[in-house]
Amino acid sequence: MSRALASATELLRLDGVAQHYGKGVTAVTALAGIDLTVSRGELVAIMGASGSGKSTLLTIAGGLSKPTSGEVIIEGQWLSDLPPTRIAILRRRTLGFVFQDFNLIPALTALENVTLPLELDGWKSRKARAAGLEALASVELDDHANRYPDDLSGGQQQRVAIARAVVGTRRLILADEPTGALDSTTGELVLRMLRSRVDAGAGGILVTHDPRHAAWADRVVFLRDGRIIDQSAPAGVDTLFADAQRA
Amino acid sequence: MSIRQSLLAILDQGPCYGYQLRGEFDRRTGSTWPLNVGQIYNTLDRLERDGLVAKADTDSEGHVYYAITAAGHDEVTHWLDSPVVRTQATRDELAIKLAIAVTLPGVNISEVIQVQRAASLRTLQNLTRTKNATSEPESSEELAWMLVVDSMIFAAEAEVRWLDHSETRLARASARGFAEPLPLNTSSPKRGRPVKAEPAAQAAQASQTEQLAQAERAKHVGQAAQAKHVGQAAQAAPAGQVAPAGPLTTDAVR
Repeated sequence: MSRALASATELLRLDGVAQHYGKGVTAVTALAGIDLTVSRGELVAIMGASGSGKSTLLTIAGGLSKPTSGEVIIEGQWLSDLPPTRIAILRRRTLGFVFQDFNLIPALTALENVTLPLELDGWKSRKARAAGLEALASVELDDHANRYPDDLSGGQQQRVAIARAVVGTRRLILADEPTGALDSTTGELVLRMLRSRVDAGAGGILVTHDPRHAAWADRVVFLRDGRIIDQSAPAGVDTLFADAQRA
Repeated sequence: MSIRQSLLAILDQGPCYGYQLRGEFDRRTGSTWPLNVGQIYNTLDRLERDGLVAKADTDSEGHVYYAITAAGHDEVTHWLDSPVVRTQATRDELAIKLAIAVTLPGVNISEVIQVQRAASLRTLQNLTRTKNATSEPESSEELAWMLVVDSMIFAAEAEVRWLDHSETRLARASARGFAEPLPLNTSSPKRGRPVKAEPAAQAAQASQTEQLAQAERAKHVGQAAQAKHVGQAAQAAPAGQVAPAGPLTTDAVR
């Protein structure tokens, strides 16, 4: 396997990633050899029925668990080469997770939630604060910086989570059903923010079962029984309207 | 048909000539369904024949204006007040394709579903991009166009959801052994109307005929085990229960 980056814009690569649980007759294959690349400026949606391996894939892509076999490469660093402490640092500096239930710390303000990973990484608090405000501004919430999560709506909390996912040097957003707890209008706003962060140079994986949300992605990957069965990327808009005119 | 009503509704705003009507229709529907001038004039001819519009002045450039009549105005009001009824006769190409495919041997129906799902999602992606290029409509033309795009988004989404649902349904039917291909019906369909019978006797007779026909078909299948199974099922069926029209061999009586 070549250790060269596939391209300068590559953020994440999965090479033949497989995950098996258990042994013998009770063995379960959650992922069966996944190859996937996410580049800067690219949002990849993962769709599939429950149990198809979507969440396992996200956990492994984020270095939260080790695959049974295969390689995870984040910004050119092979996770299998790194000790756990280095993986933790990589996660802190490069990755941001967005979950369905926001996962904000209630005792911290919106800004403190966003700057937490920076402070853990040893940033000076003034610098962290400036970066945090910038991230909050990117989701149009800089005027809510000092509010606590309880004072924010669900959509606002999720936007704070997105700001936290892209704060500082973080460039890879891993989102697991980020709109699952939101009504459709708020969900759309959150996706618009996620999309704009990706357009600004981040990369992202969006796990979702909702076709309307998956449609925000540049690529939709379909998983079934731990395998990628199909991928779809949009054709040109011209094609679309040619279709509409024929209909 | 909505083109006819749409043109009439535009004419209700004031007299227009054909080419002008085309422009008005396009800008009010985001140019999503462009009309050719021929269609416009055909429609105007029919509207005139039906007394809903009348030829009015001709301008210096030779444009013939059409003006709405009182009856035409009433028609527009009625159109706006009534729901659009989608008749069953509107064929859904995809539903027909899937329904037929599921009855054919050697068709990988999961693949058929997935190919469609990927295509529908591509459409949905394109529509979403188109929509996102505009944030909020800033004119009524943009608003009208946005409504059309939204409608297409919802239709594409519904299609993907229906495909997901079909996949689940298929898996469940397969597990229960009900997703077998349908062989061609071996009994030749009867032509013409059935002989009239007394209504009371009709149901019972239909049921009897159906049972006999099924037993007959089962024999044709030529598999002893299946024939026996079908025969038993036919005998066990309560009298007077009319089997659905045109069940094909064994599946229907299981």
